[in-house]
Amino acid sequence: MAKEFVKGKMVPVPSHSIVPERDLGKLPVLECQHLGIDFGGLTAVNDFNLTVGQTEIAGLIGPNGAGKTTVFNLLTKVYQPTRGTILLNGKDTHGMSIAQANRAGIARTFQNIRLFNNLSVEDNVKIGLHNQVRYPMWDGVLRLPKFWKQEKLAHESALELLSIFGMEDLANHEAGSLPYGAQRRLEIVRALATNPSLLLLDEPAAGMNPSETAELMENIVKIRDTFHIAIMLIEHDMNLVMGICEGICVLNFGQVIAKGTAEEIQANPKVIEAYLGSQKKGGSKE
Amino acid sequence: MTILNNLINGISLGSVYAIIALGYTMVYGIAKMLNFAHGDIIMVGAYICFFTMSRFSNSLLMGGIAGTLLAMVVCTALGVVIERLAYKPLRQAPSLAVLITAIGVSYFLQNSALLLWSSNPKSFKSVVGTGSIKLMDGQVTITYNALLTVVVCIVVMLALTWFTGNTKMGKAMRACSEDKAAAQLMGIDVNRTISMTFAIGSALAAVAGVLFCSSYTNLMPTTGSLPGIKAFTAAVFGGIGSIPGALLGGILLGIIEIFAKAFNSNISDAVVFLVLIVVLLVKPTGLLGKVVREKV
Amino acid sequence: MKQSASSKRKFVSKCVTYGIVVVFYILIQVLNGMGMISPSIAGQLVPICAYVTMAIALNLVVGFSGELSLGHAGFMSVGAFSGIVASMSLQQAIPNGAARLAIAMVVGAVFAGIAGVIVGVPVLRLQGDYLAIVTLAFGEIIKNIFNILYVGVDAKGLHFSITNEADLHLEEGGVSILQGPMGATANVKLATFTAGTILVLITLFIVINLVNSRAGRAIMAMRDNRIAAESVGISATKYKLMAFVTSAVLAGAAGALYAMNYSSVAAKKFDFNASILVLVFVVLGGLGNIRGSIIAAAFLTVLPEFLRNMGLDKYRMLVYAIVLILVMITTNNQQVKAFFTGRKPKFKAVSATKNKKSVKGGSSHG
Repeated sequence: MAKEFVKGKMVPVPSHSIVPERDLGKLPVLECQHLGIDFGGLTAVNDFNLTVGQTEIAGLIGPNGAGKTTVFNLLTKVYQPTRGTILLNGKDTHGMSIAQANRAGIARTFQNIRLFNNLSVEDNVKIGLHNQVRYPMWDGVLRLPKFWKQEKLAHESALELLSIFGMEDLANHEAGSLPYGAQRRLEIVRALATNPSLLLLDEPAAGMNPSETAELMENIVKIRDTFHIAIMLIEHDMNLVMGICEGICVLNFGQVIAKGTAEEIQANPKVIEAYLGSQKKGGSKE
Repeated sequence: MTILNNLINGISLGSVYAIIALGYTMVYGIAKMLNFAHGDIIMVGAYICFFTMSRFSNSLLMGGIAGTLLAMVVCTALGVVIERLAYKPLRQAPSLAVLITAIGVSYFLQNSALLLWSSNPKSFKSVVGTGSIKLMDGQVTITYNALLTVVVCIVVMLALTWFTGNTKMGKAMRACSEDKAAAQLMGIDVNRTISMTFAIGSALAAVAGVLFCSSYTNLMPTTGSLPGIKAFTAAVFGGIGSIPGALLGGILLGIIEIFAKAFNSNISDAVVFLVLIVVLLVKPTGLLGKVVREKV
Repeated sequence: MKQSASSKRKFVSKCVTYGIVVVFYILIQVLNGMGMISPSIAGQLVPICAYVTMAIALNLVVGFSGELSLGHAGFMSVGAFSGIVASMSLQQAIPNGAARLAIAMVVGAVFAGIAGVIVGVPVLRLQGDYLAIVTLAFGEIIKNIFNILYVGVDAKGLHFSITNEADLHLEEGGVSILQGPMGATANVKLATFTAGTILVLITLFIVINLVNSRAGRAIMAMRDNRIAAESVGISATKYKLMAFVTSAVLAGAAGALYAMNYSSVAAKKFDFNASILVLVFVVLGGLGNIRGSIIAAAFLTVLPEFLRNMGLDKYRMLVYAIVLILVMITTNNQQVKAFFTGRKPKFKAVSATKNKKSVKGGSSHG
C-alpha cells in the first residue's frame, strides 16, 4: 500500500529542536520561541517552542483540544500571540495581519474547509495566485495589454498547480459542488499558489479512506520535493503522521510534551499517557 | 436651569430608547440578527393604543391601560408571526440576506400602516395628560410623561433582569445566546426560545410606542422608524447583548440628543448618528459589551 | 477545450448585456423619430439611465463585495449637488450644454468618490450588520449636511454658508445655487437620454471589466470567505474600499445626471427611502447579476407610471416589500427554493460551527 518514504536523518539544533540533516546550516523556515496565548482566563497555548527546517515535513499532534489549530492560528496571525516570538525565515512576524503573514511566506488549509464556494475551481486557484501574478486595477478595468498577458499566465499557472492532484479537468466546476476529498485537495492547491515557504495543513486526511490517505501522503512528499518547501501538518491519522513526518511535536493542554522523530514519539511514555490515559496499578486503563 | 430641564428630557427620551433598545439587544444576542422592523412594531403598538383610547373617550385612564394591554398583545403576536414567517427560514443564511429581509418587513409594516391608517398624523393623547411637576420655583419642569416613562423603564429593566436570571426560560435565552447548538443538545427548544425573545421584545416595543407617543404626540406610519434606528444606536452604544448596556446606552443617547437639539435642532439627528459611528469605530463592543471571537 | 467554451459563454453574455442597452437606445430614438414617445415616457428616460447606473453601482457593493450599503443615496446626492454647483457656476464660462453636463457629471463623480473614501475608510473596518447601519448613518448625515448648506456664486467665486442665504455675502449679480433645505430651485436642465445611455455604457464597461479581473476575484473572494481570502494574502480593506469607492463614483455621476433633469432638487429626495429603492432594484435583479440590475431598475422605474394609471400605485411599495422578503427567502432557504423550482433540496454538509454559506452572488458574468 503505502510506499516506504526515505526520511532524512534528523539532527539537533541549538533551539532544542531537531531539523533534517540536509537543512542544517540553512535558516530554519520557522522558529517559535515561548509562544503563548490566553483567551481571557484560559491559557490555550503556553511556552510553545519549535524549529522547522527549510524542507522538513513536520507533524503537530495531540489529543483533541490540545491547542493544535490554535498554534496554526497563531502562526498565520488569525490570533495575535499574548507572548513569545514567531520567526518566519528569520523575520519576526510580530504585529502582522493575516494577509501580511501570508505574503511573508506562510500558507494554510483549514480544519473546516474554507473555499470560495460560488467561484470556479480555477478561480479559487487564481485567487491563490493573487500576489504572484499581478497587474494594477486600471489595467484590468481598461483591458490594457498587461491584463491579457497576466491573465493568460494566471490561467496556465492555475492549471499547472491543479495538475499536481490531477484536477485540471475540474477547472470550471463550481468549487462548492466538488466532493469532499476534492475540496480538501483544492484547498491545498490554493495554498500552494501563494508561493509559501511553509505550508500548514490542518487535518488534510480528515474523512479520507485508506487509499485516499496513501495517495495524499505521496502527494505531500511530492509537493515538498517539487517546491522545496516545508510542510507542517496537524493530523489524527497516525499512519500518515508516522509515515511521512520527519519531526513530530506533541501538544497536550497547550504545552509541548514531546518532540522528536516518529520512533522517539511512539516510544515516549508521556505521549502514550496523553493519548491513552495513565495505566493504574493492576493494568486497568482510565 | 435649562441644563437641568434638558437633562430631565434627555433621561425621559433615553428611557424610551432604552426600552426599545432592550428588544434589539435581546434579539441580536439570541437570534444573532438585527431586527430592522423593530422600530415599526413600535408604531403599530402606538396606533393600536390610539384607536383603543379613542373608543374610551370618557375615561382616559381606562383607555390608556386597555390600549397599552391590547397593543402589547397585538405586537407580541405580530412579532412572533414575523419571526416564524420571515426570519426563521433564514436562520442558516448569511446576515446580508437576513438584514435585507428585515428591511423588507419594516417596509411592509410601514406601508401597510399607510394604507390602513393614512399618512395624516394622529394626535396621541397621553394617559397622564400634559401636566407637570414644577421644582425650584418653577424653573425645573418634570412632565408627568417623563416621570411615567422613567418609572416604566426602571420596572421593565428590573423585571427583565430577574426574568433572565431566575426563570427557566430566561436561562434558556442566555444559553441560546451563547451557543444555540449546545443549548439544543441540552434539550432546550431553540425555536420556542427565539419566539419568546421576539414576543418579549415586541411587547416592550408596544409599551415604548405608547410612551414615546405620549411625549411626542405626532403619530404617523413613519414614526417608529427613526427612534428605532436611534434605539439600535443606543443598544450598540451600551453593548449589544447586554441588558444594563441597553439602559446605559439609551439614557446616554437620549441626553446627547436633547442637548444637541438645544444647540441646533437641524443637526441633532446627525449628532446621534455620529455617536453611533464613533462608538462602532472606537469600541465596537460598546460600553458594557463583551468581545466574541470568531472560531477559525 | 473546456476553458474556451466557458470564456466564450462569458463573452456572449457580456455582449448581450451591452446589447440590451444599445438596442434600447436605438429603439427609443427610432420611436421618437416616429413621434411615438409620449411626454411622460420621455420624462422617464433620464431617470431610467440614472437608476440603472445606481443599481449597477450598488450591485458592485452588495452583490459582488457582499456588504450592505444603506446610504448610497447619499453618494447620489453628493454627485447631484456638486454637479449642479459646477454647472450653474460655469454658465457664463461654458455656454455649451452638453459640455457643462459632462463636466457636471465628472465633478459629481469625483466628489462622490471623495465622499466614498471618507465614508469607506472607517466603515469598511466593520462587518455585516454594523457596516450596514453605519452606511445608513452616513447617508443621513450627508442628507443633514445638504439640508443646512447654502452655496452661491458671484464674480469672486463660490461662497458657502451653513446658516442662511444672507451669510453668503454675495455681490451684485451673484446667484445663490443651493438654498439649504430647499436645495436647488433654479437649475438649468441639461440632461439628455444620449448622455444617460453613455453613462450606462461607461458604467457597464468599468464594472464588468473590474469584476472579471484580478481585483474582481479578490473582491468576490472577500465576499465568499473573508478569513480564507486574507489567508491567501488579500488585504481586506483594500479591495472592499476599491469596490465601495468605485461604486460611489458611479453613483455620483448618476446623481449628477439625475439632478440635471430637474429644475429643482432638494436634499430630502435622497433619503433612506431612495437608498432602499435602489436596493430593491438590485435584489430583484439578482445580487451579482448586472443584467438583472439593468432590467429591474428600468422596469421598476417606469412601473409607477403604469400603476398610477391603473390606480394601483398605492400598493406599489407594499408589493416591493413583499417581493424583497420573498426573494431573500427563496434564494437562501433550501426548502423554499426546492418548493419553487421543484427540485429536491441539496443536503450539503452543515458543519457544527457557524460556517455560513455565501449569498448566491454571481460569479463573474456580465
